[in-house]
Amino acid sequence: MNIVVLLKQTFDTEAKIVISGGKVDPTGVTLVINPYDEFAIEEALTLKEAQGEGSEITVVTAGGDVAEQALRTALAMGCDKSILVSDEALDGADEWAAAEAVAAALKDVEYDIIFAGRIAVDDASGQVAVRVAEALGIPSVSSILKFETDGTVATVTREIDGGNEIIEVPLPAMLTAQKGLNEPRLPNMMGIMKAKSKPLEKKDLAAVGKAAGDVAAKFVIDSVSLPTPREAGTILKGEAAETAPELVRLLHEEAKVI
Amino acid sequence: MDFGFTEEQRMVQEMAKSFAEKEIAPYVEQDEENHYYRREILSKMGEMGLLGWSMPEEYGGNGMGWMEAVTALYEIAKVHTSWRLSISGNCWGPAMTILEYGTDEQKKKFIPPLLSGEAVGSFAMTEANSGSDVGSMKMFAEDKGSHYVLNGSKMWISGGHTSDIGLVYVCTEEGGGPKGLSCFIIDYNNTEGIERIPINKKVGMWSAPTSELVFENAQVPKENLLGPVNKGFPICMWMLNNTRMGCATGAAALSAAALEGSVAYANERTQFGQPIGKFQLVQAQIAEMKLEDDAALQLVYRAAWLKQNKMPSQQQTSMAKLYSCKAAVNAANIAMKVYGSYGYSDEYPCGRWLRDAKQFETLEGTSNIHTTIVAGIELGYQPNR
Repeated sequence: MNIVVLLKQTFDTEAKIVISGGKVDPTGVTLVINPYDEFAIEEALTLKEAQGEGSEITVVTAGGDVAEQALRTALAMGCDKSILVSDEALDGADEWAAAEAVAAALKDVEYDIIFAGRIAVDDASGQVAVRVAEALGIPSVSSILKFETDGTVATVTREIDGGNEIIEVPLPAMLTAQKGLNEPRLPNMMGIMKAKSKPLEKKDLAAVGKAAGDVAAKFVIDSVSLPTPREAGTILKGEAAETAPELVRLLHEEAKVI
Repeated sequence: MDFGFTEEQRMVQEMAKSFAEKEIAPYVEQDEENHYYRREILSKMGEMGLLGWSMPEEYGGNGMGWMEAVTALYEIAKVHTSWRLSISGNCWGPAMTILEYGTDEQKKKFIPPLLSGEAVGSFAMTEANSGSDVGSMKMFAEDKGSHYVLNGSKMWISGGHTSDIGLVYVCTEEGGGPKGLSCFIIDYNNTEGIERIPINKKVGMWSAPTSELVFENAQVPKENLLGPVNKGFPICMWMLNNTRMGCATGAAALSAAALEGSVAYANERTQFGQPIGKFQLVQAQIAEMKLEDDAALQLVYRAAWLKQNKMPSQQQTSMAKLYSCKAAVNAANIAMKVYGSYGYSDEYPCGRWLRDAKQFETLEGTSNIHTTIVAGIELGYQPNR
C-alpha cells in the first residue's frame, strides 16, 4: 500500500510569539512537526505495520530549507521517503497556493491513502489538506478519530454534535487526523540513525510543473496582532458570608455569567 | 570549530526531551515522595535505544557516540536527576567496560541485556573505609581453582539492590593495593551468598536506589573475571573516566533546570509592582547561574568530543565534573533564594535540586580528587589518558 502523509512545520506550542514588522518573528523559535500531523504520521505507520512488506510511506511538505528538519524527524519515526516543495515564490503562500504546490508534487507519487493533520496549530485554517484532496479529485473526511481499511474502502469515525458518525469512503482518499486518533511514537535511536540515509527529494515549482504565477497568493494579510493580555483577577476581601453578595453581583452584572 | 548540532544530534535532543517529558516528568513528584525507583522507565529507555551509546550494533548499540549520549542524558537529567544514573549504570559502567576488557563470551552474554534495558546494571568499588583511596579496599576474592569465593562488603552502591548485572572490584592479592585488585562480573540473580541492603535514608537522589552489598562466601565462576587477574585498578580508572561523564552531564543539567525554573519564576513573581526579574540583584543571580551553567555545558561537550575522537580526556573529564558540580550546587542554592519562601516548600522543585546537587561533589571522585587530577596532569605528575 502506498501511503502519503502531508506535514507542516510549525512553532513549538510552548514558543513565545513575538511580532515584529507586522509578522510573527521566527528568530530563535524551536520548530516542530505540527502536533496534528504527528497523529497523521502515527496512523500511517500503524497502517504500514499492519500491511506488512511492500507498504511505503511518503511524507510531503512545502516550506523553506529548514522544513527538512521536520521531514527528517518523520523519516526517523519510520516514514520511508520524503518530498520538500521549496521555492522562493512560495514565501507568503496562502492555503490555496500551498495546496496547489503540494498537489502538483503528488502528481508523480502513487498513493492509496493520504493522511494529514486536521489543522496546523500556527494559523489553524484547516484548509490545505482538503484543498489538496479537491485538486487531486479524491474524497476527504476531516477530523477522524478512528480508522480501519480493507484496502479498498476506509471506515472512519468522526465526532459530531452529540455523538459519532461512521463514514465509509472509497480509496484513495484524504483523511485528516483529530487529537485522540492515536498516541504518536517518538523516533528511537535506530530510527534517527536510519533517517539520514532515507530519500529527501527537494523540488522547486518548476520541478512539480508549476510557475510562480500559478501559485500567487489569493489573499493578503493586513496585520497580525497578539491576543489581549489577560487582566488580573479581582480578589474580594473579607469573610465568605460577607463577600458572597458582592461576588454574585459581579458575576451577574459585570461578568454576566449568571 | 563548530558549536552547532548535527541533524542527528538535533533529533536526539528533541527525542530525549520528549521522552523525559512523556515518560519521566509525570512521575517525578510521586516517586520522590515515595523514594521509588520506577524500573519500567529503564526498560523504555532501552527500547528507545537510550542505553546503547558508543556500542557496536551487534550487541544492541545505537550506533551513536559521546556527543549524542551527553545530549540525551542532559535532557533526561534536567527533568529528574535520579535518572541520569541509568546511562552510567548500564552503558558507560558495565557494558562499555566489558566491551573493552571482556572475552567474546562475556560480551555476548552480558552486554545485550544491559543495552536493551532488560537488565539493570551497576558497579561497585566503595567500601565503608575505602572511598577516594580505591586501592585501600578490603573485600577479597579467593581463587578456588574452578571459581572464586568473594567475602566482604561494599557501600553506597548506586543501583546495588536493583541491579541484575554488576561489576565488583575486589582484592585478589593479600594486602590489595592498586596492583592487587581484580574486576568481576556479578550475575546477581544467580549468585548465592550476597545480601543486598537498601540505604533508604539519604539526603537526595530519592528515586535512584543506593545499597550496601554484603558478600558471604559468594561463589563466582572464573569466566566472570573481567580482564587479567590483579589488573582491576587500571580497569576501574578507565571505567571511571567514562562514568564520570554521567556526573558531569547530570550536574550541568541540574544547573540548567534550576536556571530555567528561576527565570520563569523571576518573570512571573511580582513584588513592588513589577516582576522580580526587573531588580538588579535578582538579575545578578540569574547572570551568575547562566554563566556557570553555560561554562559547565561547554566543558561537558568538550570532554565528550575528546572521547568521541578517542583522544586523551581524563583532565577535561575531571574539569567538566568538578566545574559542573560547583555550578549545580550554586545554581540550586541561588534558585532557593530567587524562589524565596516558595522555594523552601515542597510546592516547587528547589529542595530537590539542592538535595540532588550535593551528591555530585562526592560521587565518582570527590571534588578534591578531581582537583588533584586536574592539577596533577597540568603539573606533569601524571599523563592525560
